[in-house]
Amino acid sequence: MANQGKAFVDITDVICPMTFVKAKVAIEELATGEVLAIKMNDGEPIQNVPRSLKEEGHKVISVTRNEDGTYLVLVEKDGLHS
Amino acid sequence: MARVDYKELKKGGFMRQVQKDCFSMRLRSVGGHLTVEQLKTISGVAEKYGQGYIHLTSRQGIEIPYIRLEDIAKVKGELAQAGLEQGACGPRVRTVTACQGKDICPSGLIDTATLARELDARYFARDLVHKFKVGVTGCSNNCLKAEENDVGIKGGMKPAWQQELCSFCGLCAAVCPAKAIEIDKAAQELRFAEHACQYCGKCVKSCSMGAWMGTAGYLLFFGGMFGNKIAIAERILPLLHNKEEVFRVIDATLEFFNSYGKPGERFRLTVERVGWASLEKLLWEVLGNGQSR
Repeated sequence: MANQGKAFVDITDVICPMTFVKAKVAIEELATGEVLAIKMNDGEPIQNVPRSLKEEGHKVISVTRNEDGTYLVLVEKDGLHS
Repeated sequence: MARVDYKELKKGGFMRQVQKDCFSMRLRSVGGHLTVEQLKTISGVAEKYGQGYIHLTSRQGIEIPYIRLEDIAKVKGELAQAGLEQGACGPRVRTVTACQGKDICPSGLIDTATLARELDARYFARDLVHKFKVGVTGCSNNCLKAEENDVGIKGGMKPAWQQELCSFCGLCAAVCPAKAIEIDKAAQELRFAEHACQYCGKCVKSCSMGAWMGTAGYLLFFGGMFGNKIAIAERILPLLHNKEEVFRVIDATLEFFNSYGKPGERFRLTVERVGWASLEKLLWEVLGNGQSR
């Protein structure tokens, strides 16, 4: 999926709990309703980061598996509060 | 000095030490949960009657080493004032272990703390042919290692998909460790292979849309041991949703152990000698027609 026009953060270079912290810091930059694209690893990050974002009221709108085994997760800021 | 009944002392949680007439006093605890008042009392006893330190056991308990034989009555009295009593050793049901469960942990699927207290009230220190360990873990992350116990309980969740709420985002398929979910985004289709489901609840926990509804329950594992011999407990029953069923199954398991077990034989070895089929048959009878799945 193209990242063009969307905020993007790569959290494949950090490990738990920094994965969620890095994603949270990035989404805080956005306005309500804007979409953040997050590149994350399989395993613990895909298991936990989207769940934690949900608990904070953000909505996962798309998950795509990349060829290198990582995921691109699109998250709408405050999407569960509207 | 009167002869010491070591067997009776051991039953009461006094572990004989290398040092003559000294005992490491094991305390009764449930799921490693102690109040600060209890900790203060333990601290005082360790300072006054022990050597100023405590030992955290491998199963979430506390032992106070260097308690002298002549002080045992006074120590028991002081601990009792904080609602503390001796733990169990020897051939009986041991400390019930538990993780913090769903009230504290975001991954938790069941209330492990309450279940552990109920298991403790029902089974703690019950005499058997050999030691018997019961542990409760809140989810498949298995922090409390259910399969190491003679009976281990693991929180599980049976998921049910509701098409009308689904956005086909693909997250549940990505988080499912059993690869039981397949999504075709273009065709807006989802396939759920329920037979492959491990009841981990990750689809339910992660779904933004609330399209996966989960019913929590208990997965029971039988015959684990992690001492001189090592065996991983086996799951022989489906996910149970009713706590009373869990108790009925464990009641029957302990009866089975006391009926067929030989002194000094771990539960796993009894089951292997008598046959897994016998245990399974008994437990299915106990569940009867009222079994919820």
